[in-house]
Amino acid sequence: MNIVVLLKQTPDTESVIRIAGDGRSIETQDIKWIINPYDEFAVEAALRLKEQHGGTVTIVSWGPQRVVESIRTALAMGADKGMLIDDEALEESDSLGIAKVLAAAVQELNPDIVLCGHRAVDYDHNQRGPMVAELLGWPHLPLAVSLECDGTTVKIERPVEGGKMVVESSLPAVVTMGGSHAVWNPRYASLPGIMKARKKPLDVKKLADLGLNPEECGSGAAKIRLVSLEMPPERKPGRIINGDLDTEGKAKELVRALREEAKVI
Amino acid sequence: MAESVCIVAEYRDGAFRKVSYEIASEGRRIADTLGLKLYGIAIGSGVSDKVQELAKYGVEKVLVADDPAFEHYIAETYVPAVAEMLQQCDPAVVLLPASMNGKDLSARLAARLETGLAQDSTEISVEDGKIKAKRPLFGGKCLGWYEWADGALVMISCRPNVMSMLEPDESKQAEVVKVDVSVPEARSKVVSVDMDTSGKIELTEADIIVSGGRGMKGPENFAMLEELAGLLGAAVGASRAAVDAGWRPHSDQVGQTGKVVTPNLYIAVGISGAIQHLAGMGSSKYIVAVNKDPDAPIFSKADYGVVEDLFKFIPVFTEEVRRLKSSE
Repeated sequence: MNIVVLLKQTPDTESVIRIAGDGRSIETQDIKWIINPYDEFAVEAALRLKEQHGGTVTIVSWGPQRVVESIRTALAMGADKGMLIDDEALEESDSLGIAKVLAAAVQELNPDIVLCGHRAVDYDHNQRGPMVAELLGWPHLPLAVSLECDGTTVKIERPVEGGKMVVESSLPAVVTMGGSHAVWNPRYASLPGIMKARKKPLDVKKLADLGLNPEECGSGAAKIRLVSLEMPPERKPGRIINGDLDTEGKAKELVRALREEAKVI
Repeated sequence: MAESVCIVAEYRDGAFRKVSYEIASEGRRIADTLGLKLYGIAIGSGVSDKVQELAKYGVEKVLVADDPAFEHYIAETYVPAVAEMLQQCDPAVVLLPASMNGKDLSARLAARLETGLAQDSTEISVEDGKIKAKRPLFGGKCLGWYEWADGALVMISCRPNVMSMLEPDESKQAEVVKVDVSVPEARSKVVSVDMDTSGKIELTEADIIVSGGRGMKGPENFAMLEELAGLLGAAVGASRAAVDAGWRPHSDQVGQTGKVVTPNLYIAVGISGAIQHLAGMGSSKYIVAVNKDPDAPIFSKADYGVVEDLFKFIPVFTEEVRRLKSSE
């Protein structure tokens, strides 16, 4: 099977987010960059498919040179090759612009299946998978918490509000991963894996290499733009329920506060 | 000049989901500000019988696509149909639900219609005829305001339970237009649906959440939280540590990976407060933290903190809640 994973590099979820001086981007100097967790689940799912059916796993990503490290991590986990689209024209692209670039990369690689996270934990757009599927005219199965594939069809289980469902599609298709670390349990890169990853092919491409030009996917093409960032409102300082009270006293006081002050129970 | 603000309602299992009325109400406010009409799109199997429900929240005209093929949301059938109906509405603004299926529909529609989408928005403002949408980023660690390029169709999906609903006006009737849309052959299909009938409350829709973390020490101890939640009519959540340990299902996970929740009351029990957890629940209206470590970061977000061994405190607190509830 020819498997493509669309991978984004994001700040670690334990990162503190601070707004930069321009008021519309974040401070990046203290950020630890990781593979978007949901994309890491996609790498794991892709490697399991490869173990079952053989074939190749190609990691496709975009962004500046720092993204190479995340692609190498995925290669060290067991993926076969990488492609990084590093073009400054993409710095201010919107989700559709990025989706066009990724769709062009997918077309060039001509895979049986495309996997990625249902969202990235940075800007939480929830758009990459469905937009790429729409541009390719493919089905998209979102929020997968399991994945079975016999080489011609793919079947997933996914949640829906109030329950779950099983959905299937013929290939080629896009599947986006939901669930959690506990569901997908992505493998760690082994030391031999890390050594091998250094020698695996990693193509760095410009838009022109994919037959694209900035007017269709760069900042000038963006239909939507992030204009400002703000921090959530500060929470009012809370209080510790009087430590001199015994357990029952604290419980009574908490019930009273929730009923009479907060009026939430 | 466009003619309308248009909402795409979500119909499932014989009823519109509540978020449909929320976006209709929000759409009404925007349409009034911009001097536009409010149109609705209703798609589903058997949806025709329910379309007047949308009128109560200010929708003036509803375009309806009612076909057995639309029993389940399948992007390949829904997207072309909704796109076709949208074109008949000549919208300046399209509002959609940011539900699980709604997010998929919104993103595919935006790609098809070549426009920008503000997904999972929590606030919409109109200034001098220009729309801005606010959405939480980084799981709620910060908020971003988005604007559209001149002439671009404004597409916004709205987070459920955030936009306030208008008082329903039972006297209102909407014009209904049945649309014959072509239904393309789909390669994907729903194989089975398994709805939870246990009465379990969806975390993202819960008014109260009782959540447990590593301090719970094991899966068996969550029975204690289930009991408290039962009395409060609450949902039970969990931290990543508790889910990673296999104590709770992944669908219970609250945090930046997992669910972002905004209940009126969030009771964090034995949760220290990792940054990614605080991001997922930090917008709750009231937060209670129960932890024996007075230095746990969760206390920095809590309106009420209890420094106690949870195994001692929760049973006593539960009895106090029971006493309160039985006196009502």
